[in-house]
Amino acid sequence: MSLSTAIRDVAGVTVIDMSGRVTLGEASGKLRDTVRNLLDSGVKSMLLNLGDVNYIDSSGLGELVSAYTTAKGHGCAVKLLNVQAKVQDLLQITKLYTVFETFNDEAEAVTSFRQS
Amino acid sequence: MVDARQLRLNLESTLDSVRAAELIVQRLAELNGFDEDQVHQIGMGVRETVANAVQHGNGLCPDKTVSFHASVDERALRVRVVDQGPGFSADCVADPLACENRLAASGRGLLLMRAFFDVVELESPEGSGTSVRLVKYRSESGGGNS
Repeated sequence: MSLSTAIRDVAGVTVIDMSGRVTLGEASGKLRDTVRNLLDSGVKSMLLNLGDVNYIDSSGLGELVSAYTTAKGHGCAVKLLNVQAKVQDLLQITKLYTVFETFNDEAEAVTSFRQS
Repeated sequence: MVDARQLRLNLESTLDSVRAAELIVQRLAELNGFDEDQVHQIGMGVRETVANAVQHGNGLCPDKTVSFHASVDERALRVRVVDQGPGFSADCVADPLACENRLAASGRGLLLMRAFFDVVELESPEGSGTSVRLVKYRSESGGGNS
C-alpha cells in the first residue's frame, strides 16, 4: 500500500492525514513534496497524523526528520499525532522520540501549538 | 518442488527489489513458524539490508545484481546479501544516536538491522562488494552459536 495524504485545517493547524507505508522511493518523495508545498504556502503549524501509517523504514524516518528540520527553517513547528506501536518502537530505537513531540489526542495536539 | 526452507535469488539493483526481498523473506518466516512481530522485524531488517545493497552498494546500476540467500532451520532464519559495489566500512557510518547526528536525514539503516536481527555481520574485502550476514533466532532458542 503506497502513501496517501489528505490535508485539512483545524483551528489554524494544518493536519496531514497520512495513510499507508512511508518507505524508500515514491512514498518518501510524496511526503517531501507535500511538506514543501505547505511550507511554500506559509503554513506555520503542521501536525502529521500517522494513525493509518503502520510501516516506516529508515528512509521514511529520514523524511520525517527532513520535514521537521526544513519546517523549522521556515519557522514552522511539526508534531506527530496517533503514532502506531510499531512506528513508536522505531522512534525509541532511533531516539527520535527526543526530537518529535507526539500526541494521541488531536485536540490536545492542536492546542499545544498555541502554547509553544 | 519448492523448498520452503531456503531460497536463493539474484536481485536487480532497483527499488522494486527491496520490496520483493522484504515480502519473500516475510513469507519464508511465516511458513516456518515465526510469530507476527518476528516476521515484521525480519522483513524490516532485510528491507534495510537490500536497500543498502541496491542503492549504496550497487548504486542502482542496471549491470549489477544483489545475491540474496535465505534459509531456515529449527533454530534460526539466516540471510546473506551480497552486492557488487565498491565496499563499505561500518566504521565510517556516523552514530545516528549521537546528539549531533540525531537530525540527520539518513544513516539509520544499519541501526535498524542491528535492532531487528540477533546477528549482523558485514564483510567488505577490497573490491569485492559488501556481504551482510543476518541471523534471527527463534524466540524460544535465544542466542548461541550461529
